Amino acid sequence: MEQLAQFYAVYGSVINFIGINALLALSLNVTLAAGLLSLGNAAFAGLGGYTAGVLTVHFKLPFVLSICSGGLVAALCGLVVGLPVLRLRGVFLAMATLAFGEVVRIAAVNLEITGGAEGLTIPKVTETWMIYLALAGFAYFLAVLRRTRLGWGLVSMREDETAAACLGIHITYYKVLAFMLGAMMAGVAGGMYAHLNYLITPRDFGFFIAVDLLIYNIVGGTRVWYGPILGAALLTALPEILRGIGVAAGPIRMFVNGLILLLVILFLPNGLASLFTRRRPVPAKLEAA
Amino acid sequence: MNLLAQQLINGVFIGSVYGLFAVGYTLVFGVLDILNLAHAAVFTLAGLSAVWLVQTGGLSIWIAFPLATLMAGLLGLLLNQVAFVPLRKRADSQFSGLISSIAMAIIFESACLGLFGARSVRFPQGTVAVQVWHVAGVTITSLQVGIVLTAALLMVVLHLFIRRTRTGKAIRAVAENERAAMLLGVNVNGIIAWTFFISSALGGAAGILYGLYFDQLGPDMGRSIELKGLAVIILGGMGSIPGAILGGVAFGLSEVLTVAITGTSNLRDAVAFTVLFTILLLRPSGLLGRVKLREA
Repeated sequence: MEQLAQFYAVYGSVINFIGINALLALSLNVTLAAGLLSLGNAAFAGLGGYTAGVLTVHFKLPFVLSICSGGLVAALCGLVVGLPVLRLRGVFLAMATLAFGEVVRIAAVNLEITGGAEGLTIPKVTETWMIYLALAGFAYFLAVLRRTRLGWGLVSMREDETAAACLGIHITYYKVLAFMLGAMMAGVAGGMYAHLNYLITPRDFGFFIAVDLLIYNIVGGTRVWYGPILGAALLTALPEILRGIGVAAGPIRMFVNGLILLLVILFLPNGLASLFTRRRPVPAKLEAA
Repeated sequence: MNLLAQQLINGVFIGSVYGLFAVGYTLVFGVLDILNLAHAAVFTLAGLSAVWLVQTGGLSIWIAFPLATLMAGLLGLLLNQVAFVPLRKRADSQFSGLISSIAMAIIFESACLGLFGARSVRFPQGTVAVQVWHVAGVTITSLQVGIVLTAALLMVVLHLFIRRTRTGKAIRAVAENERAAMLLGVNVNGIIAWTFFISSALGGAAGILYGLYFDQLGPDMGRSIELKGLAVIILGGMGSIPGAILGGVAFGLSEVLTVAITGTSNLRDAVAFTVLFTILLLRPSGLLGRVKLREA
């Protein structure tokens, strides 16, 4: 027990950040599972984080309420942005969400209420158990979602949108719903991050964070609910692991990061999670199709 | 009035560098339908290598420039071989190619840090003799003129190459329809390698010009131009080379004009990305792009 406490004292912040990153990665997974490549989730996290932060700092709202409002605001923005943007596909959708993300970031730099480029100072409220409670909730939600009508609809959309539409799946409705769900989860995660780090700045929610979320998903695997968590945990802990085995700080760590991503995309298209799932024999009919 | 004219001219100068960068981006997209996010890392590596060649190697910029450009082209070949060739047969090669290019971008960026350090560097004083001209109240330096001329020359050469040579024709054929080109006897893999070479060489040249213009280069200089380059090719139309040039200049102008009108540089990028967002919604094919029936 004492060892555990000591471990936590040393690695507490890494454990917290693994949780936050896993939450964010899960939020992106909702859209990825539907075949939508969004680079806007960092911005949604920012919207949630700033909303929650401003509500706590300026309006003295209780923690739970400000986190929920953050998620709600992010979901609403997801609806407003999603409706027009989701007509685009593939790379074009990625670019539109990226542009949206940049606009949000620049707005945060220029607005007074967000504290501009220096950021917003927020009291620390988030505890480790809260992060992991939320993570468990989200993971459970995603695991269950896969077996629902909505979940199957999203998967069918990823496989073939035209065919899914022919089977009576309301594409726009499903897409916007997935986008909003992802935005809400990102917003909640952003709110928790804001109350964890004492300080949020617009840089915390920029393009490269959005890319990081994508990397977590790819490395872990997008097809199962624990994939993104696995990816986020591995890559967030990687600097500590490398330090543990005596690799000095600096370019090498970055290199290892890139190499892992490259190897996974080349040799394990379904991510590290596919190492753990036993390959179920595919029925002959399905394989032919 | 003079101030505005000065700003417009500055916008064209920086816009030509953006355009050169974006041409490389759009070339790969036009041929492969893949977004090569490692393009900005090649841009950075080439710029920093040029500084190294001039500073440590003691070469004149006139030799360092082509050498670093050539090296950037070779990096493009490496990129193609490692990150794109193995994925080409995969059904989701558009998506997995994007990811593997991100991986290569990270690897290249770590190489930048490892080879050249984290500090920002600059070309030594007097690398290029700079003359200053005052024409009708507007200040122009010979460096700026040289940058625009170099960018313009490279684009004209590219245009002639694509339009007039056999290889250029083959590149266009592969862009049009890979399978049909293969059936007609075009060496598709070779053409794609060529495309990467040209694209990365142009990106590298843009990196050197950028470094000369701003007189500052660092391992993170690719980061800001990466997003701008994306905005430029969307603006001009994905895969369209004239569109990328036009988009580059338009983007450069919009940047300086926003600064001139609002008086601060804070909103500079906001205007650009709002325009980008709007164009994607209203006309996803961009200003000069072809309208596709289905954006895959």
